[in-house]
Amino acid sequence: MRLRVLDSGYGAGTRALFRLIRLFSGHPVPDAAKITFYRSDFYGAHMKELTHEAMRGRSDWSVGDRELMAAYVSKVNESPFCVGAHSATAARAYRDGKKVEAALADLDGAPLDQGLRATLRMLGKLTAEGSVGADDMRAVLSAGVSREQIEDALAVCFAFNTTDRLANAFGFEVLTHEGFEAGAKYLLKRGYR
Amino acid sequence: MRTEDDKRLIHRRLVERIVGGPGQAPADERRRAFERGELSESLRPLLDKVATSSGQVTDVDFDRAIGAGLTEDQLFELVICAAVGESTRQYQAGLAALDQATGDAGAT
Repeated sequence: MRLRVLDSGYGAGTRALFRLIRLFSGHPVPDAAKITFYRSDFYGAHMKELTHEAMRGRSDWSVGDRELMAAYVSKVNESPFCVGAHSATAARAYRDGKKVEAALADLDGAPLDQGLRATLRMLGKLTAEGSVGADDMRAVLSAGVSREQIEDALAVCFAFNTTDRLANAFGFEVLTHEGFEAGAKYLLKRGYR
Repeated sequence: MRTEDDKRLIHRRLVERIVGGPGQAPADERRRAFERGELSESLRPLLDKVATSSGQVTDVDFDRAIGAGLTEDQLFELVICAAVGESTRQYQAGLAALDQATGDAGAT
């Protein structure tokens, strides 16, 4: 990573934990997880709680839907690490990698529920342009999405608008296919805490 | 009037912590990073990119800030403030548009 402290500035306990994770998973701890341990009282503790609540808390969106939102926002933000991580997690959650690929390649033509498609379109506009209007929200509501679901989707968007920026700025190492698959398995089993 | 959900409460705690809590970068500088306020020449290119085009950040942007005397821990904090600041503006813009669409002006 671009800041050396994010690679090597951890205490003995955290370093031991990283070694243990590597031993059991066969893969090094991804940079996205590492930075939540660095001075976790500053950022990581709150951000892990928020991301877990957005991605795994109670919601009318499925886990796969929320992981697809994360991948889609990350694609708009051009964050290769986060696209890889959350495409793999969405594909595993849906048990349908082609659906995820199609949504990221061509939102209008992908085999998605109309409500999810309208929500992704709105999140994409918010991420690309920095704002949306009431008409954008009315389009999502008229596709059958509830107000609460839109609030939930906006929280997912916040989490990944933040993580994407940190991934790009700090220079998170893009994992191998096997690394992303291992990460996806972990995120579906344990979440973001 | 709608009530805040858990995620918005956690979000508010996150913002209060990174901007107003203890840190190695001065709190007023963290606030300017969060708000895209006035920044020194050594920081502006890096933090502007974090907010608007994070994929364009390079080693040179960090080197410039380090060369001006900022520590890695200060940059860790300031980059986080810039990222969370931009994401927060978008989150709030989305929630405000939703309030407008549903006629719920009481929500925040």
